[in-house]
Amino acid sequence: MVETSDIRVVRCGGSKVNLTPPIISSDSRFVLCTSGDLVKVYSTRTEEWLHSLQGHTNQVTGITLNPANHLQVYSCSVDGTVKLWDFIDGILIKTFVIGCPLFAIYVSEKHTGVLFLHVSMATDSKNECFQLVSVHLPKSAEQEVEAKEMSAVSSHISKNPSCTAFGRGGEYIAFARHLQLNVYFFRKQKTYSFSLKATDKKGAKNAFTCIACHPTDDCIATGHEDGKIRLWRNFIHKKEYTYSTQHWHHNAVNTLCFTPEGTHLLSGGIESVLVQWQYGADNRKEFLPRLGGSILHISASSDGQLFCTSHSDNKITVIESSFKVCGVIQGLVKGDAVLTDLMIDPRSKALVLNGKPGHLQFYSLLRDKHLYNLDIVQQEYIYEAGLDQFEVVKAAFDIKGSWLATVEERGKKSSDLEFFLKLWAFDERTQSFVLNTTITAAHTDRIISMCFSSSEETTMLVTAAEDSQFKAWCQGADADTQQDQNFWSCDFVGSYHKLNPTNCSFSADSSLLAVSFQEVITIWSPDTWEMLTTLCQPPGVIRDLCFGRLSCSKYLLGTTTKNLLCCWNLLTCELEWSTSVDVSKLQPDPFSENVAAFSYQSKHTDLFVFKPSEPRPLFTNKNVCSEKVHRAVFVPREEPLNSCDESTQWLNRSQLYFLTQNMDLLTFSTATEEDRMLSSSKQLVIDDSVAVTPFYLLLGKHRQQQQKLNTQSHPVSDKPQQTQGSVTIKELLHTPAHVLPAASVLCSMFVNSFLISNTGVQQDPLR
Amino acid sequence: MGEFKVHRVRFFDYMPSGIRALAFNRDIERIAVARMDGSVEVFHCSDRFFQEKIIPGREQCGIEGLSWVGERLFSAGLNGGITEYDLTNQKVKYTVDAYGGPIWTIAGNQQGTHLAVGCEDGTVKLFEVNEDKIQFERNLDRQKSRIISLSWHPSGSKIAAGMMDMIQIFNVETGHSVHRLLADRGVGTSRSKECVVWSVVYLSDGTIISGDSVGMVKLWDDQTGTLIKSHNVTKCDVITSYLIVPLEWQNEDSLVAGTSEGTVVQFQFISMVLGKDDKEWVRTRTFKNHTHDIRAVAEITTAVVSGGMDAQLVVRPLLDKVEVRSAASALRKIHFPHRRLVSCARKSGLMLFQYPGHLELWRLGESEGKGSSLFVKRNPEKLLHLKVKGEDHIRCSAVSPCGEWIVYSTASSLRLYRLHCDNNNVSITKISKLPMVLSSANQLCFSSDSSHLFSASTQSSVHLVSLSQSGCKFVGTLKPKSGSHQAIHLLAASEDGKWLASANSDHEVHIYNLQTRKAHCTVPVYSSAVTAMGIHPTTNCLFMMYADQQMCEYSIEQKQYTDWSRMVQRKGLHRFWMERDTPCLNVMFNPQHPSHVILHDTYMLCIIDQSLPLPDDKTQFYNQLTLKSLPEEQRKSHSHAFKVCKTFKDILCVELMSDQSLVVVERPLEDVASQLPAPIKQKKFAT
Repeated sequence: MVETSDIRVVRCGGSKVNLTPPIISSDSRFVLCTSGDLVKVYSTRTEEWLHSLQGHTNQVTGITLNPANHLQVYSCSVDGTVKLWDFIDGILIKTFVIGCPLFAIYVSEKHTGVLFLHVSMATDSKNECFQLVSVHLPKSAEQEVEAKEMSAVSSHISKNPSCTAFGRGGEYIAFARHLQLNVYFFRKQKTYSFSLKATDKKGAKNAFTCIACHPTDDCIATGHEDGKIRLWRNFIHKKEYTYSTQHWHHNAVNTLCFTPEGTHLLSGGIESVLVQWQYGADNRKEFLPRLGGSILHISASSDGQLFCTSHSDNKITVIESSFKVCGVIQGLVKGDAVLTDLMIDPRSKALVLNGKPGHLQFYSLLRDKHLYNLDIVQQEYIYEAGLDQFEVVKAAFDIKGSWLATVEERGKKSSDLEFFLKLWAFDERTQSFVLNTTITAAHTDRIISMCFSSSEETTMLVTAAEDSQFKAWCQGADADTQQDQNFWSCDFVGSYHKLNPTNCSFSADSSLLAVSFQEVITIWSPDTWEMLTTLCQPPGVIRDLCFGRLSCSKYLLGTTTKNLLCCWNLLTCELEWSTSVDVSKLQPDPFSENVAAFSYQSKHTDLFVFKPSEPRPLFTNKNVCSEKVHRAVFVPREEPLNSCDESTQWLNRSQLYFLTQNMDLLTFSTATEEDRMLSSSKQLVIDDSVAVTPFYLLLGKHRQQQQKLNTQSHPVSDKPQQTQGSVTIKELLHTPAHVLPAASVLCSMFVNSFLISNTGVQQDPLR
Repeated sequence: MGEFKVHRVRFFDYMPSGIRALAFNRDIERIAVARMDGSVEVFHCSDRFFQEKIIPGREQCGIEGLSWVGERLFSAGLNGGITEYDLTNQKVKYTVDAYGGPIWTIAGNQQGTHLAVGCEDGTVKLFEVNEDKIQFERNLDRQKSRIISLSWHPSGSKIAAGMMDMIQIFNVETGHSVHRLLADRGVGTSRSKECVVWSVVYLSDGTIISGDSVGMVKLWDDQTGTLIKSHNVTKCDVITSYLIVPLEWQNEDSLVAGTSEGTVVQFQFISMVLGKDDKEWVRTRTFKNHTHDIRAVAEITTAVVSGGMDAQLVVRPLLDKVEVRSAASALRKIHFPHRRLVSCARKSGLMLFQYPGHLELWRLGESEGKGSSLFVKRNPEKLLHLKVKGEDHIRCSAVSPCGEWIVYSTASSLRLYRLHCDNNNVSITKISKLPMVLSSANQLCFSSDSSHLFSASTQSSVHLVSLSQSGCKFVGTLKPKSGSHQAIHLLAASEDGKWLASANSDHEVHIYNLQTRKAHCTVPVYSSAVTAMGIHPTTNCLFMMYADQQMCEYSIEQKQYTDWSRMVQRKGLHRFWMERDTPCLNVMFNPQHPSHVILHDTYMLCIIDQSLPLPDDKTQFYNQLTLKSLPEEQRKSHSHAFKVCKTFKDILCVELMSDQSLVVVERPLEDVASQLPAPIKQKKFAT
């Protein structure tokens, strides 16, 4: 395993931004949220991703503003460290090593120098038991400090971090677990417990789901599984405690949040309606409906002007206190399951997969930004449990990205199966896909596999279905339709011994089509529709099928259900080699000969990267993740790396992304790549007075340069000035028009940027 | 445990009357309930809410308010009079006309010196409470609109009066208005409707709390006359003209408000920051136990009592005030009176149903065949519908065991009828010349051979009247030795005509020898009220049931408790038996099985076999199903004295007829609910 030492699995791009409550900076200009191993900083005004705080080596599980300095933020991670950041500049100030996985972080103004953390107590993962500990931060000038002074506040903490909250001024901490609410007073060092019955005659489900404490009054709001909100008061009495109950949510309350003044209580749940309760007059409430996915977290800015809600569809909504949505930060939409393959749109190089129900989403991994949703089903989606709705199950792009084929289906059982094959043409004018053809009965049974031919000249779609046929579809071949537009129609129907096809694939030059029928692979010539040969390597049904690329295009790879990976040489029609490995996903890299195979055995997934020409893997990574991997894709890099190391060479031209079963998008990063990113983020040291906006980058850098010019008596060399000038122009051209300063300002600067080279020239004679 | 032919009677269309007002007296732990039909009932709060006293109402007597002054109970109504009740004899003492039109509210001050009433003509009238009567003192400043609600300041110097659209504060000394607080009308369409301040509460710190028809509970400051806070307790989209928010407070730290949606909302005076005295009124709990409007709420020491249009009295315990959780502190709903409204002629199969304004006599049907449900050969038949003369409602009634005599009494008169029944011709003749002593009765009872009528009268005395074909003759008066003045609410005569037992509200049970017409003995007084009693036909033991579910058997001849009764006291009764929340209303004996005692309450019928061992807390109480599954030999060892039958629900009366058939009179609560007016329509989620 020496090879894999500098390649690491990272969460980079498309990660969940809704894992923890987002926080708004005290000046309401930035929203910070955790995203995989990073903490991302967004602007509240423009919704743009400004920069990220990079340094954790595992999932970041909690962030909170430093109560002593509102420009700093603490973050905790499963890697066992708490890091203190200057989030405006993106500088790591300090690292506190705690030493065990951390799951949530809380701070309070009253307890300076103390952090409250959720740590996992149990050794076995089955019986999860969390503990709330307080950690005293040692005062030390060093960058990395070990914090060892820990004391337990309470064991038996719910694993849900929203079930813990600090009360008025940090006097007490309230935490709930199952049916019990506990309030721990720091001064008295005493815990008061209040229990509810699990159910009552009316069928209430009383388990606690979230907690919030009023900032100035001694009032604890708790949310419950059946949608009730209780406001607890007088909780220093064992018996005379009292609570009032409000009920609007029809399902569990996911989150509660008091506004900083304490005048309102915000609540949210699966209804995706933000409810604002007036504190004290509980019947008065306001609603903000139709926010998208169910609300998971709510946070409010310290001045109460902005609220942030994070949603289950990986989205953060920024809401003004007047209950108007003023910004949406959309991450990679993660539904319940991704049914389509992961694909790359050849035009925009965006990742394409299932997004909102009935949609395909286009997500730019390079900019880590959601681009747009394409409505495939074009039907109103009704939110109701158990309702059978149309879902996009298959999608494929042709090689140029001008055609998109989708299959949507409904009906779990085959008896009430309903599906459509749709073909979408790319419209240059609108820069999006337009529906060209809808084929209602493409096959008589479910479509199993679908692929476009990869030749540049003719586009052809092949679909294989459970009705033991495969069909080839061509554009404009049908003479019946007397129209100018080119619609798609069936060109050829093929079958083999009435066997059900399992997969189909075109070779790299589209001269061959391989269709697997159970144990048999048939090779067809798409030009003549003649079956050339059959390949058979029993036992086991063929699961995955792919041709080799570039120099290895004479090889055909196949995986079977009986844990066999086979490689045939198509020139000799013989089995070149085979190996026994349970491959769950076989993914060829379109830009190299490499093929990635994910194998799942004994509860973890291993990755092998190999060339079809030789059975020896180029790269192996054991224990990539603990779940089965079914979806993976090679994403082309914007600029190729030039690593010579054999083990990292395969990542030079493209990056491998894969999706685990609990919808984590993971990728591999090399050490050199990380170094480069780290160094680029370190450079970004800017004075506190100005925020990092493109506007600032444009003007601020220029000013710095001017200052430098003014102070430095000796002339600077020619070369950096030229790059500086080009940077200004580049920034000018790349910045969105609406954030640019007035043209009059830009004009002189634009001209100035040309003038700089002149000063260099002018200074020459001086020298 | 014996098989009975059961007449399941459901043709007694008894309708409990809606509750209009409640008044709690903390000193004697009694709560007075005024109903729509003008009747007033007194419940004993610490004795399992036993209905101690019932004062029947009158026609056209709508009570609007109740007030205790010391141990005296006053009511005022829309007929314009103030009534004081004689609680010992359970009747109206006197009525004074206030001369101000209909009276909407009555309130006594805490000092017990004055009563204030609010009248239709806009005056608040003060009455001085004297030893024996009340005396009009003066009017406060007359207002333009009617006075709906009143509340005295605890010091007695100020009165807050709720009116249309406003609240006035009066200085009692001068009679002038000090402040006028304007209540907002509702928004939207209800803006044109007047805001009725249905209820006000004046707290000692000067806070006035009002409940109005807009559905708001508002807090006012009486010094500045400003609104401090308002709580919307009902949904704003319910706009009806009779949103009623009665308020009641206790100890000035808790306040309850009832709404027309049937919910009771509690407000508590809580310090917002723990450990500091900075307190605020905060809405806390909501109870929903009513289907209809709540017309009255009261907060008693450990519970919230509410009553309304759905005619049930709901006692909702406040668990933070209860010391020990027990059956006595459970949620309690009182639907039916704790008195018998049905009397049966055991020998002739006739039943007399007592309604407030009339009596109905029915003949039971006949059946044939065998099995679990029998074919009805002859339908039950209504023989008689006897309307009451005069305005008073019936207090008690009885039919003789032979079915020849019917007697009823109102507050003012007693009437005895003789029934002639030949084939299908039914006629009655009124016995005209009644002895003078039979002017009114608290309880009536016939001897088992129908030869005598016992009429309970004032001062716990029982008048004895012999009945014959020619008429009736006064025989004598039985008087207790104790000299108690409380009214008798139960009478029981022995089968052999030798003994008569009477129970009164002082919990005394006296036994008289009818042959000597002398008091025989007195059963030791128990702390709980007697709810039912009966004299065993063969052993002449008196079997008594108490409100706290205890039972006693007293041997009349030996003048002491029987051995069985002592054993019950020693071993204690089963937990499940003690936790029942309705009192037993009848005690019967089965002549074929002398060891059997038949009891019933609202929810069950029970046969106690005195020959079997008593169950202890470990044995299964409801064991009939288990016994059924056991083989014959083992049953004996598993069986215990209590056999409970829960086949029947909402039982008003069970009686064992002489032909060994059982009459069970049921009044299903669904039928009662279906006859109530429709409640306020509320949008329910997912409907």
